[in-house]
Amino acid sequence: MPKTKPAQKAVEELTYEEALAELEGIVEALEGEQNPLDEAMKLFERGQALIVRCGGLLETAQLKVQKLAGESLVDFAEEAE
Amino acid sequence: MQPNLFTQTLTVSQFTFRVRKLLEENPELQDVWVEGEISNLSRPASGHIYFTLKDKNASLRCVMWKSDAARTRPTLQEGAAVEAHGKITVYEPQGQYQLTVNLIRPRGEGALFQEFLRLKSMLETEGLFNPDRKREIPAFPKTIGIVTSATGAALRDMLDTIRRRQPLARIILAPSPVQGVDAPSALVNAIQSLNLQSPDVILLARGGGSIEDLWAFNDERVVRAVAASQIPIICGVGHETDFTLCDFAADLRAPTPTAAAELATQTTLDDLHLQLSTFRSRLTDLISSLFADHRVLISTLAARLRFVSPDRRIQSDRQRLDEFSRRAYSAVAHRIQLQAARVDGISRRLSALNPEGVLSRGYAIITRKEDGKVVARVSDARGAMNVRVNDGEFEVKRDS
Repeated sequence: MPKTKPAQKAVEELTYEEALAELEGIVEALEGEQNPLDEAMKLFERGQALIVRCGGLLETAQLKVQKLAGESLVDFAEEAE
Repeated sequence: MQPNLFTQTLTVSQFTFRVRKLLEENPELQDVWVEGEISNLSRPASGHIYFTLKDKNASLRCVMWKSDAARTRPTLQEGAAVEAHGKITVYEPQGQYQLTVNLIRPRGEGALFQEFLRLKSMLETEGLFNPDRKREIPAFPKTIGIVTSATGAALRDMLDTIRRRQPLARIILAPSPVQGVDAPSALVNAIQSLNLQSPDVILLARGGGSIEDLWAFNDERVVRAVAASQIPIICGVGHETDFTLCDFAADLRAPTPTAAAELATQTTLDDLHLQLSTFRSRLTDLISSLFADHRVLISTLAARLRFVSPDRRIQSDRQRLDEFSRRAYSAVAHRIQLQAARVDGISRRLSALNPEGVLSRGYAIITRKEDGKVVARVSDARGAMNVRVNDGEFEVKRDS
């Protein structure tokens, strides 16, 4: 997984699921393979950035509600009660 | 009929008790549905409800105790045609028999229920409700589809629940009327259009209502649409006690809309926080153990390097050199010693053979003068002879 990283996205652009999946892959790579130390350090730093990203997303998460109108999606305004 | 004058007379209480036993011990009268119109409805402060059920020719006193009355939907009004379920009891102070009602439904619901059973058994036979058709509900859906009324409390409850438990989710609402003649086709349409959006799970929900209110969820078309959905469906219609055919066809039944929302958000925000902190410590542990490994590796390598260093070889060569010279020296010394011993022995043997040694002990060597031959026998002795003793020689002559 860490081998195929030419198209690595900036951490800030990742969704929670993407960041979590990559984080999982990094932990597994560090657990499994024998990585050169400098590569391991890069993975570790990336992993830390992913953790920060995930934590931030959890803190600021806001339910997004859309409504199906015909075949398109529009934001759904819940009536305040 | 001629009265028997000798039969014991009963008190009113005794007699009423007998009637009561007679009625209340008859199982057929203890579990009945009675249909009629409500009249003389009275709701005193006690919370119990009193009314009379009547038709053209008869009337029946009814009572509904507070606990049962509380569960009754507001179908109780003067003149309403209802079906009441309960048991016959006798109220002794008034000498009245009455129906103690525990359940009331609008008239015709019995027929609806028959229809429900018929459809249920048909779809069951077709295999629409088979347990092996049920799919796993994803624990952490990214997108949750909702089919319900856009204005009902059910939607608000579900959104509140999801927002509280899993605000990372995205909701796609496919609004649809949930009761009335248009509801079934609208529900089918909503389920199908939502399928095109590929959410991870669909919630099909509606708040509580009468059996007629919920009837759209027993509509064959809707039930078939639920069964045909490509996306797993959680059905949460009505209250805990309400069962609709959609419940059976769905992948998961929830007792209420709120419960459906909970079942769709099994992985909560708290779970994610926990998961993240687990990853954090795993990552830290990994990197520090990696460093520890490398430290060990480095010290092992350093030891091996010391082992193969030229320094060490020089030292060891020097040592070997010393060893050789020591061994060479001792070998030479040993041979010298041996030679010395041999020389000693030979010289000792040599000195034993030296004739001069004999002379010193008083022996003499006699040789003839004429030919120098040693005189060893008497017959050898003639003429002049030389006698050699230890310190010199002299001549002698044999006379005869």
